Amino acid sequence: MALLEVSGVTVAFGGNRALDDVGMSAEQGRITGLIGPNGAGKSTLFDVVSGLRRPSSGRVRLGGREVTRLGPARRSRHGLARTFQRLELFGRLSVRDNLLVAAELGPERRQAEHCVARIIDQLGLAEVADSPADTLPTGVGRLVEVGRALAVRPTLLLLDEPAAGQDGEETERFATLLRSLADDGMAVVLVEHDMGLVMSVCDEVHVLDLGKVIAVGPPEVIRNDETVLAAYLGDA
Amino acid sequence: MEQLLTFGIVGLSTAAIYAVIGSGLVLTYVTTGVFNFAHGAAGMLAAFCYWQLTVGWGWPVPVGLAVVLLVLAPGFGLAVERVLMRPVQHLGEAERLVMTVALLSGAIAVARWIWDPNVARPLTVFFADREPFHIGPVTVTWHQALTMAVAVAVAAGLWFLLNRTRTGAEMRATVDDRGLVQLTGADPLRAGRVAWMLSTQLAALGGILIAPTVALDASQLSLLIVSAYTAAVFGWLRSLPLTFIGAVVVGCLESYLTGYLPQNEYLPGLRLAAPALLLFIALLVFRHRRLRGRDRRLVRVPVPSLRGTAVFAASTVAFGLVLATVLSDADLVTYGPLFSLGIIALSYVPLAGYAGQISLCQLSIAGIGAVVWGHLGAQGQLWALGAAVLVSAAVGALIAVPALRFSGVYLALGTAAFAVVLDRWIFTLPSFEVFGVRIALFDQGSVEVSGPNLFGLRLDGTAELLVFASVWLALASLGVAVLRRGRFGRRLIALRDSEAAYATLGGNLLVAKVAVFALSAGIAGLGGALYGMQHRTVTAEQFNLVAGLPIFLVAVIGGLGAVGNGLFAGTAFVGPHVLTGLVSWGHNLVSVMPALAGMGLAHSPEGIVSRFRREWEPLGRDRIALPALLVGLALGWGLRLGDVINGWTFLVWAYVLGEGLRRYAAARQTADPAEPEIPVEWWGLRRPWRADDREVLARGIAGG
Repeated sequence: MALLEVSGVTVAFGGNRALDDVGMSAEQGRITGLIGPNGAGKSTLFDVVSGLRRPSSGRVRLGGREVTRLGPARRSRHGLARTFQRLELFGRLSVRDNLLVAAELGPERRQAEHCVARIIDQLGLAEVADSPADTLPTGVGRLVEVGRALAVRPTLLLLDEPAAGQDGEETERFATLLRSLADDGMAVVLVEHDMGLVMSVCDEVHVLDLGKVIAVGPPEVIRNDETVLAAYLGDA
Repeated sequence: MEQLLTFGIVGLSTAAIYAVIGSGLVLTYVTTGVFNFAHGAAGMLAAFCYWQLTVGWGWPVPVGLAVVLLVLAPGFGLAVERVLMRPVQHLGEAERLVMTVALLSGAIAVARWIWDPNVARPLTVFFADREPFHIGPVTVTWHQALTMAVAVAVAAGLWFLLNRTRTGAEMRATVDDRGLVQLTGADPLRAGRVAWMLSTQLAALGGILIAPTVALDASQLSLLIVSAYTAAVFGWLRSLPLTFIGAVVVGCLESYLTGYLPQNEYLPGLRLAAPALLLFIALLVFRHRRLRGRDRRLVRVPVPSLRGTAVFAASTVAFGLVLATVLSDADLVTYGPLFSLGIIALSYVPLAGYAGQISLCQLSIAGIGAVVWGHLGAQGQLWALGAAVLVSAAVGALIAVPALRFSGVYLALGTAAFAVVLDRWIFTLPSFEVFGVRIALFDQGSVEVSGPNLFGLRLDGTAELLVFASVWLALASLGVAVLRRGRFGRRLIALRDSEAAYATLGGNLLVAKVAVFALSAGIAGLGGALYGMQHRTVTAEQFNLVAGLPIFLVAVIGGLGAVGNGLFAGTAFVGPHVLTGLVSWGHNLVSVMPALAGMGLAHSPEGIVSRFRREWEPLGRDRIALPALLVGLALGWGLRLGDVINGWTFLVWAYVLGEGLRRYAAARQTADPAEPEIPVEWWGLRRPWRADDREVLARGIAGG
């Protein structure tokens, strides 16, 4: 059974539909890619799934439970964590304290310090652990956001452009990390513009364009899908 | 029916004035992003100037009007934009808000300085010599008709300006994207200037129109703006037509409450507080925001060391002991509230400094603490101090629930409205019973406040109470430092930096906000109770909104994130009273000083306490200067206790000695740079980025 099920989600801003009857799912142990051109509605869908935005219609189920009307904090307690397209670090806190806040809110609150030490080690953040978060380069900041999300021990992880600002080597390391998270049983949904990363790590890819899902399938199918190519490159 | 219509006309006339003032408020907000708390104060100053010209100096009314509306008002708006607002345009919303609060506080103080508040200054209505005319059964004065005509003309003029002129187009474009509009050749600075000038003219027009129907009082006129705020909130600070509708609702509500509110001793204040209540309700009803994302302009919150805070706390108590022994009885009355006011200012640190919640009602809550102690602690029972803290905390928690829906300027507005409701209604109530429990506030006058009974020792002298308050300030500072270092402190800062991220990690916003509001209100209540003890009697006026603004400003100047802010704010607030004895106008100067200092915020957004700490740190570590300072202070104190020197001589000696040794220690440290080498790639990360780093890097690269 899918850990995350989104069905018929519509978000309207005035007369415009940012999302139009969108459905998608994510399963444990798998990485689901969510791609699409700028303005396709990917981050809006993340906002709906994480509870930051109420959909005009549609449903979100998490682990088989209806969570559409729950706020973001309650959804987090059902195992959801996310990162943001626009960095949302706790800028005045150190990297260590960013992770500590999350760990103290999660199920490992009694061993929060230990949990933070593990994540710092896992993500290679030791050099910047005591730096204020708002002094970090964007790539490192995104890694801290991933670490912060991991600190609440999620079962479903939503990553919004986590590799932006990373160089080739860092992206490779990040891909390995994603695979290991999925191998541990986590469901990962990845919004990313780095197609190399998406195609190499995702088990399934959903393509959004103008608020609608235009294609779903394994990476090798999506790569050659005419509709997807048209959405990215134009019909001409 | 006739009465209904008559009150309707009065309401519409008042509404017209609120619409004029409110539209000016909207104009500045949409063009510059500044919510101008001093908008009413500009109208108040205009009304006073108009009185001065036409009554005081006997100038003809048209000339007086022209000078105020066409010269003084736009000139004032221009000066505010250029001197005060432009330097903080790049800072955050909180800093811009502080600037307008400083302007409000300063304008009231200046008006009271120039125009003695004890002298009545009546203004006659326009066309007072003409007979009123009748529309059916309703009598309409020419002043009322003029007011309504002016509102219609203003509405039409603003519509034309915004929709049919290039300047108006620039102003509307500036609202959407200040940076982008520059690329189109438009000038956002010019749009801002025009908005400030025009909005000040509208405030002046409203002030002059309303002044004849109310007393010409600086505070009262400035706070009439609450009604205009309400009107503007109806238009969500952006829509002029909705602002006009809001003004009609507020004006008519006030008028009908005057006519139809039942006459009893509990309700007169409700009429006065009605606009503020309506403002609070409007904020609750009309605001449906999403969770705030990250604020890009963050002021650092230092992590105090426990050792450093313990030394600071001990120094605070020592300072209290020294003051208690060196000041005369008269000086103790003047400077005694230093520590209690410091505690009230400290209450801003967790609330505004850590959690980013701006509250303008902390002094009002301190008033609740004072009243609870006054009634329950009449025999000095210490448990009553705990009750004062708990009741204040409960009120703070009550504010937090609706405040969950506000942030930034709306929270400031909501808490200001709450303070006005307390001032005008709740604090004026006679005692009443709730479920058989008698609740007394200020008993429609003043409340006697006793000192505490400390294990059989009654503290009633000013010196004893000063030391008692210093101990509480030390403990409160320690408590806030521990909070900052702990889990709750981290959560508050996280909440401030990104509500959205905090919530998606499982953080409960309601619990965190209620907790910090309650904690901060509890601290303010403690400060209020101690403040009351030192004054012996307290009245509602001591805790009103206007009285609280300077404390807020001084706390901001100190730095809202600094634990040492309590001592700084208390000292900075009462210290300038030394001027009152030197010159006859010293009292007025003291009243203006917090506002002037607040206006200097742009130069030091992180606050003065952090700077003090940096400057004095070398002295604390110097093995020669620190012992020399302690010995020098002990010597001076001994001379004072032996009556060899007076208290002021000792304080001057302490200052000169401290400052001299501070400079000496700083010079010694500069001569011995012990800073460890930090690899260049970690500059800006492991140590702060310095002004000359870029040049050093450039030279290094150029040199290969």
